[in-house]
Amino acid sequence: MSRTLPQRIDAYPTHWIAGLSVRSGRLMPFGATEVPGGVNFSVYSNNATAMTLVLFRRGERGPFAELPFPAEFRIGGVYAMTVFGIDPETTQYGYRADGPFRPEEGHRFDATRILVDPYAKVLNGQEIWGVPVDRDQEFPRRSGIAPDDFDWEGDRPLGLPEEDLVVYEAHVRGFTRHPSAAVGAPGTFAGLVEKIPYLKELGVTCVELMPVFEFDEMDNVRVDPTTGDRLHNYWGYSTVGFFAPKASFAATGRHGMQVDEFKNLVKELHKAGIEVMLDVVFNHTAEGNELGPTISFRGLDNRVYYMLTSDGYYYNFSGTGNTVNCNHPVVRGFVLDCLRYWASEFHVDGFRFDLASILGRAQDGRSLMEPPLVETLAGDPVLRDCKLIAEAWDAGGLYQVGSFPDYCRFGEWNGRYRDTVRRFLRGDLGVTGDLATRMVGSPDLYHRRGPVASVNFVTAHDGFTLHDLVSYDDKHNDGNGEGNRDGDNANHSWNCGAEGPTDDPEVLALRGRQQRNAFLLLLTSLGIPMIVAGDEAGRTQQGNNNAYCHDDEISWFDWDLVDRNSDLVRFVRNAIAFRKAHPALRRREHPTGHTGEGIFPDTSWHGAHAWTPEWSGYSRLLAAMHCTRDGDIVYVAANSHWEGCDLELPELPEHLAWHVFADTAAPSPGDSHEPGSEPRLADQSSIRIGPRSVLVLTAGTRSSISRGED
Amino acid sequence: MQVDKYMRGTVTVIALNGELDSHTAPEVQRSLDDLVPGDGTVVLDLSRMSYMSSAGLRVLLLVYRQARQDKVGLVLSCVPEDVLAMMSATGFLSFFTVTDTVDEGLEALAV
Repeated sequence: MSRTLPQRIDAYPTHWIAGLSVRSGRLMPFGATEVPGGVNFSVYSNNATAMTLVLFRRGERGPFAELPFPAEFRIGGVYAMTVFGIDPETTQYGYRADGPFRPEEGHRFDATRILVDPYAKVLNGQEIWGVPVDRDQEFPRRSGIAPDDFDWEGDRPLGLPEEDLVVYEAHVRGFTRHPSAAVGAPGTFAGLVEKIPYLKELGVTCVELMPVFEFDEMDNVRVDPTTGDRLHNYWGYSTVGFFAPKASFAATGRHGMQVDEFKNLVKELHKAGIEVMLDVVFNHTAEGNELGPTISFRGLDNRVYYMLTSDGYYYNFSGTGNTVNCNHPVVRGFVLDCLRYWASEFHVDGFRFDLASILGRAQDGRSLMEPPLVETLAGDPVLRDCKLIAEAWDAGGLYQVGSFPDYCRFGEWNGRYRDTVRRFLRGDLGVTGDLATRMVGSPDLYHRRGPVASVNFVTAHDGFTLHDLVSYDDKHNDGNGEGNRDGDNANHSWNCGAEGPTDDPEVLALRGRQQRNAFLLLLTSLGIPMIVAGDEAGRTQQGNNNAYCHDDEISWFDWDLVDRNSDLVRFVRNAIAFRKAHPALRRREHPTGHTGEGIFPDTSWHGAHAWTPEWSGYSRLLAAMHCTRDGDIVYVAANSHWEGCDLELPELPEHLAWHVFADTAAPSPGDSHEPGSEPRLADQSSIRIGPRSVLVLTAGTRSSISRGED
Repeated sequence: MQVDKYMRGTVTVIALNGELDSHTAPEVQRSLDDLVPGDGTVVLDLSRMSYMSSAGLRVLLLVYRQARQDKVGLVLSCVPEDVLAMMSATGFLSFFTVTDTVDEGLEALAV
């Protein structure tokens, strides 16, 4: 064999520790990185007094080496060591951090424990979904080293304009776990890839994935009272490893290839023109409060990573036991490192921040006017083109919809949009004026940032599905094991005349109409619409509005619904296509009410009489006409009254005529039309809007070909 | 891991026998560098490959890249089912022409 020269002049050992040849490592990047001849390990803790690297071979119970970091391998609070001659593919590792155990001062060091590297890019120990970590093991969760080469074939983040987004919120497992999904690898990243043609046909342009960072789905101690089955932490809002894709979400997780598999998912979605947004949970971790497990942060530098009371207990602004100390300089750096990693290494297009208001709290929990972490993310060059979306509230009482410190970078989940649309659809009085504000991108909340700061939604993973919103007055969460006490009570839902399943044709017809009404309002509103996976096919959770714990038919997408409710799926597909066809619905500016160079004002309001909106508290009718300078005109009328009425239509210029895109009062397939084939209205001066219906018209040239009757 | 080469007409057939992981990858990589010709066509027969890790997949992809650069036709034959599933889930499979048998591989290369 020929002798080969080392690739670097520092690729030689200077020390022997625990039988391994090592040298002082490089501090950056943090975590474990393959280097010529070995692996570089770098970990920091400002308050630890000593650090030990613990190495395992895959499949072996005990470590094969423990390497204390010599003093000369430490710079500041960072410990770094390059270990030569170890195999990155089969080596797993952890750290022991020594330091004071004085909980009243916030320190909880315990060198008997082996800790997960917060920067671990692969985590071992829960490769199979539903199998708890082996608690008999001294160190059940081991950090792994991931190859960082991947053949992207020129893929880049798509950089779609915000106004072109139609977001589809999905749970990786729930999307394809149901047997009806009929995919090769159910419940995985690879399974999702198989469903990309469906997403493309539906027309969504962004998939927002519920948590994909490693979490422990088995940390729920509750039991389903009826079945006796153990409940899960299925949603995964409880992070164990912030740099590690969830192993059991990968068909190849058993082989440690989840990084490759997730990258392939992103690459394939991008090929289909679909962006990837990640739901990220930085407000708390899976370590819980003082009674929770020590996995990583608690043992590495508890006082730095968590918000603590003056006597060392955990603040609980997240409602889950602990609160990440987001505005500590060390934690700020960590969050930034993490997001940069996902944006650069995985080509992720954006992030949705769970309970984002916690990102704006000071170390003592106060709400900050100018939170450094939020400012850092807003101005970061790596993240510059990423969409940043805040869930602008937390469980500690902060509600910042419209007032989140956005730095003109953050959009928000618009909770007020959800509530107003729900209340209007239900027939509540006094919300028609507010609905108008919501339909044009909530200028009262986002006047500086424009409509695209508003992520509009009627439903999200948290709460009723759309089908259940129109089928249940009350939540039915008994299966969650908390006596139906969990989950939101303010659902603004209406069952349309019968609670839950029914065969009453009138109730069913009304439910179908109400779902269409919701979709139509959502997809014609200015802002970014978000749909929950399955809502387009009438997915039910049987009235459960907090299904976080159900890894079963309640949460999984039953794909038979796509056939059974094909008329609804078709309606949603048409409504998305209509949105794409009409720039009037995708404007970046709020309306001014002025005509400018257009035919009509950018947005004008109407009622039963054209140009005469009814803003009284008793009105259940609203019509908006949107018009661009280039002459794209869309008329949206919504009636939440139980009776229909005649609408006088604004008179169009001679060369234009009203065409009907959608009328939710009409039976399928007449309820919607493919954009471009909308039938022309026979009577151009008025149209009947049905009871509890939404109507969408567009102005086309008089000569345009249409299939309808003239 | 054993790497064998034989000729079927003008086509070079290379059979991998054993486990292709980070331990054997460097050696297999060297063998393939030697055995894959600079021009012509190649069938990689994986019927006796009992395991392939992430490092193993990368060896195959490197061979693929080299073959493409040299304009050498390359086919994977007899890929064990679990390896196939792994390659499919990670997207590596899409780079390759895959056939069930070596004979079909020869046919695919003849087209």
